[in-house]
Amino acid sequence: MESGRAAFLEESKQEGKPMNKFTGIRGRIWFKALTGQASSMPGDPHSVLTADAPIGEDKARFLCVVPDPDGRFPCARRGEVGLEEAYTLAARVREAIHADKESTKRPIIAIVDVKSQAYGRREETAGIHLAAAAAADAYASARFAGHPVIALIFGQAISGGFLTHGYQANRLLAFDDDGVLIHAMHKEAAARITRRTVAQLDKLAETVTPLSYNVRDYAKLGLLYKLLHVSDPEDPNAEDVSLVRHEVIAAIQDARKTSPDLINRIESEAARVARKASRLVRARLAEQWNH
Amino acid sequence: MRDPILTREYLKRRSFIELSARDRAKCLFDSGTGRELAGPFDRIESPWLAMQDVTPEADDGCIVMRGTIGGQQAVVIAFAGAFQGGAIGEVSGAKLTAALDLARADNEKGIRTNAVLLLETGGVRLQEANLGLAAVAEIISSIIALRRHAPVISLTAGTVGCFGGMSLAAGVSSYVVMTRQGRLGLNGPEVIEEESGVEEFDASDRSLIWSIFGGQQRYDQGLVDALVDDDADQIVKTVRDLIAQGVPPVHRSEQVDLYRSRITALEDSRQWNPEELHSWKNQNKKENQ
Repeated sequence: MESGRAAFLEESKQEGKPMNKFTGIRGRIWFKALTGQASSMPGDPHSVLTADAPIGEDKARFLCVVPDPDGRFPCARRGEVGLEEAYTLAARVREAIHADKESTKRPIIAIVDVKSQAYGRREETAGIHLAAAAAADAYASARFAGHPVIALIFGQAISGGFLTHGYQANRLLAFDDDGVLIHAMHKEAAARITRRTVAQLDKLAETVTPLSYNVRDYAKLGLLYKLLHVSDPEDPNAEDVSLVRHEVIAAIQDARKTSPDLINRIESEAARVARKASRLVRARLAEQWNH
Repeated sequence: MRDPILTREYLKRRSFIELSARDRAKCLFDSGTGRELAGPFDRIESPWLAMQDVTPEADDGCIVMRGTIGGQQAVVIAFAGAFQGGAIGEVSGAKLTAALDLARADNEKGIRTNAVLLLETGGVRLQEANLGLAAVAEIISSIIALRRHAPVISLTAGTVGCFGGMSLAAGVSSYVVMTRQGRLGLNGPEVIEEESGVEEFDASDRSLIWSIFGGQQRYDQGLVDALVDDDADQIVKTVRDLIAQGVPPVHRSEQVDLYRSRITALEDSRQWNPEELHSWKNQNKKENQ
């Protein structure tokens, strides 16, 4: 398997649907680096990796969605989050909530490298919206139950895929790297739907920060807890792994200290600038609520 | 089944779909109690649309109203499908999240406050991309935090439907109400056709669309709690009844093992006739007996 950075970036430059082939490679690599394992739990589809592994003083539950070319459903074989992936994530997160009811709430770590939700007729017929909701519900319920939920955005985090797997975390960490893509839609499709060329979209994104596909611009929105710098996201050395572990431990500690809701995403220093309108809405509604 | 078009009551009914988002919200409240918050005169517009030469609206296509429903405190949040397809931007998303959070705070103080979401939305507003997606994540979280205290009712009457990330908001709600004109799904037909090809989904096939996403189908497969006519009085009564029912013992999106086993049981080698999934609803009934 060719997993080098050069190949990844070369693929990403190609026209059509970029980076399909390489989505999930980072997920698998980092899952293995952080847990020493790389397999699914018994009975689970091969597209969802789950492992309990030590990190700092804790034993955390790690989850990752990876491509499975032999998966049951054709529209969810390339790293998309489909019906099976969403319900498996939900089941494995709820299993941890249930097991820790009377004990220390283990951290739940979502390693995120998902190209999107699955776009298929079977998926819609069987109600993939409920599957996705069940996974988001499980992550949010874990957070409200006191589990530190950490999302490590190491590759793509697109749209419904990200809402299903990762976006309910108390703390979001991402690599400062061109291979990280956090967005509501892939660039070509977004340009088409908003009736623009990709060049126009890129130009607009220079001033309209939420449109940007660059993770540094995403960081300006105030949603991220931290940007991480590693030497090679696709081929991490011991130092890279140690740095990530260190940052995850810090994020777990930080999450345990604060309220379990997502208010930090609007209270951060960057959010005070970028999300002024959100803050104004909250203030105005609070003023008028009882008057 | 009666043909609704030919019955006298249906002809005399007050259409809900034909109402604006503001009037839809207002008609749910006990007479004269609905009061709009952060309304158009507060002029909190999207800061991002004008930068892209798109005309903003003074309410950002989202109406928040407080009042009483059946004598209980309630907040109704309505999306205007007529503005940007009801899509979630920074401001409209923040309105919904803030309203849910204020309702939760009241519940925590012992003031039972219910929420009704009128979801006519295509999902994230692409002109505000990452802030829209972030808003949807926060909306989901705030619904889950509120529904422990009081029911959160999602209603999709039509004609825009409820798609994209906001279908997850419906998914985590306490109750989902639809009309036959409403549609509910994660990916709309055009998106599937574009991403996976016309052989996967022919977006010009209207009967296919309604057979999968339509309110009747979603009700028949047990993913919706109440199917209503396009009749404002019937909808008001349904919402009141659900508020009176209170928080369900278990929410649909918490029933992971049940729905996961249903997916496992499906044959994966072919497309399914949507009617095959009607057995899910019959199983729900048996379990509730």
